[in-house]
Amino acid sequence: MIEVKNLVKRYGRHLAVDGLSFQVEEGQIYGFLGPNGAGKSTTMNIMTGYIGATEGEVLINGHDILKEPEEAKKHIGYLPEQPPLYMEMTVREYLCFAGELKKIPKDKLEEQIAEVMELTKLEESENRLIHNLSKGYRQRVGLAQAILGFPEIIILDEPTVGLDPKQIIEIRELIRSLAKRHTVILSSHILAEIREVCDYIMIISKGRLVASDTPDNLENLMNKTAYIQIQVRKPEDRIRNILGSLECIETAEYSAEGEGVITVRIQGRDKEDIREKLFLAFAEERVPLQELRLVKSTLEEVFLELTQEGKEAETDESNI
Amino acid sequence: MRAIYRRELKSYFHTMVGYVFIAFLVAFTGVYFMAFNLNYGYPYFSYVLSSIHFVFMIAVPILTMRSFAEDRKNKTDQMLLTAPVSLWKVVLGKYLAMVSIFAVPCVIYLIFPLIIMTQGTAYLVVDYLSILAFFLIGCVYIAVGMFLSSLTESPIIAAISTFGVLLLSYLWSGIADFLPGSAAGNAAGIIILAAVLVLGIYQMTKNWLIAAMLEAAVVITCVVIGIVKASLLEGALSNLLGRFSLADVLTGIASNSLLDVGGLIFDVSLAGLFIFLTMQMIQKRRWS
Repeated sequence: MIEVKNLVKRYGRHLAVDGLSFQVEEGQIYGFLGPNGAGKSTTMNIMTGYIGATEGEVLINGHDILKEPEEAKKHIGYLPEQPPLYMEMTVREYLCFAGELKKIPKDKLEEQIAEVMELTKLEESENRLIHNLSKGYRQRVGLAQAILGFPEIIILDEPTVGLDPKQIIEIRELIRSLAKRHTVILSSHILAEIREVCDYIMIISKGRLVASDTPDNLENLMNKTAYIQIQVRKPEDRIRNILGSLECIETAEYSAEGEGVITVRIQGRDKEDIREKLFLAFAEERVPLQELRLVKSTLEEVFLELTQEGKEAETDESNI
Repeated sequence: MRAIYRRELKSYFHTMVGYVFIAFLVAFTGVYFMAFNLNYGYPYFSYVLSSIHFVFMIAVPILTMRSFAEDRKNKTDQMLLTAPVSLWKVVLGKYLAMVSIFAVPCVIYLIFPLIIMTQGTAYLVVDYLSILAFFLIGCVYIAVGMFLSSLTESPIIAAISTFGVLLLSYLWSGIADFLPGSAAGNAAGIIILAAVLVLGIYQMTKNWLIAAMLEAAVVITCVVIGIVKASLLEGALSNLLGRFSLADVLTGIASNSLLDVGGLIFDVSLAGLFIFLTMQMIQKRRWS
């Protein structure tokens, strides 16, 4: 549906997008995730034909966005980071204009505007000037503009920024309902949002794609870094003796926390679940465990891990 | 294109700019008309138009400053450029909307010669031709203003730079008199002018080979002409640059009842050139 090949964008000496390649398939919600300045907006601007790429190409349903711009742009609805609104127009006037720009036939325009306004819950502000609308409502008008004409691909750049929690939930629901008929690509630097809405996550850092997979797979990918944390009463050498006798332990980090308590982070060998063995070992020596738990890495940690300086995770880019 | 044209036109009246522009032009013309034609009984309306040529300096920047600068400031250009509409339609839609607003006072002007006619002899052909020339000159200025607006993100800067360019154009025929008359002076002037143009081309293309070759071509041509037939160079600069004194067409009609058809065609081509440059400027920004 969308094919992005080796995209590069340079601003003078600054490299904003550095060899980005991916494919987007029909009927799913894709999330661009990355810290601020990672190149998310630039990539979206290139995909929608707003700016040109220094190298590489973007194919929308087989149409090159630069060579056949009109044909390619017909398939895209775009909500940029800052909604492109004309403040002196009313919501209805604005949507009429957007519809005419998108070449929606006159007889269908009325009906489509009504449908879009219903989806974005704008019916009541239909005749208000956009200038007088609050940030959340402006965002909805921008969204309405993007989905007007029901293009196959809807690209949303940080659609929930600046909205209150209730509006965020509404917009998320709207995005989910849109995904039934459309392919949605959205960007965000908020993990929880992407995780909740998207079927597929692409993590971008410094203009490069560092990982791309489903949310669950991304978490599993990092589960090799899961560890077991125990808290035991002192003395330390007694604990060292017990742990030293167990063969299934790869590493153990000791740290004293609080009074008379030692926290140990234990990494098992071969991803084996060694919680029971640990318990029995300590029970035999009649040393009570105050705490024993498995700490899994969360998507947050995956994200931080992947987007940190100089680190690049080895993900299989062929299964994008 | 129609969608953009209609939106722009509406927006000019929503924001009052359209009304202010029309009222300003009509009021000024009215005052001059009253003084020259009604009070002193001079039967040529063309004289009024050639006298109020300076109002362009104030009126045109007001009209054109927002055309592209504001779109860029409010990021609404993202909507226009990502819509399935080609760029020339966007530019032409906006340009035609501005020209349409300028056409309103020009249509009102059509009444003035008729008022003169009710009071005595009117020279309708001369007057209507002068209105046409006035309209075309305005179209050139609007194209210049639109181009300057596409260069910046700030409507104020666009307005001030348009004012500057129009002021220069207003004083142009006076400035052109100071240009050197001798062949050597003209050759030097042409070479300097070419150097400025070539620098501009180099800025746009970043290709020093083309720039250097163009400059070399101009220098060689000047030298060759200077050796073979120096008289060709005499006054060449003022002839060449004097063409840019747009008001001359209007003055010609008003004072001598002479219509310079070449001048009118020049106006139309100049407007076309600036529309083209506006498109190039927007394209260039997408790529840098």
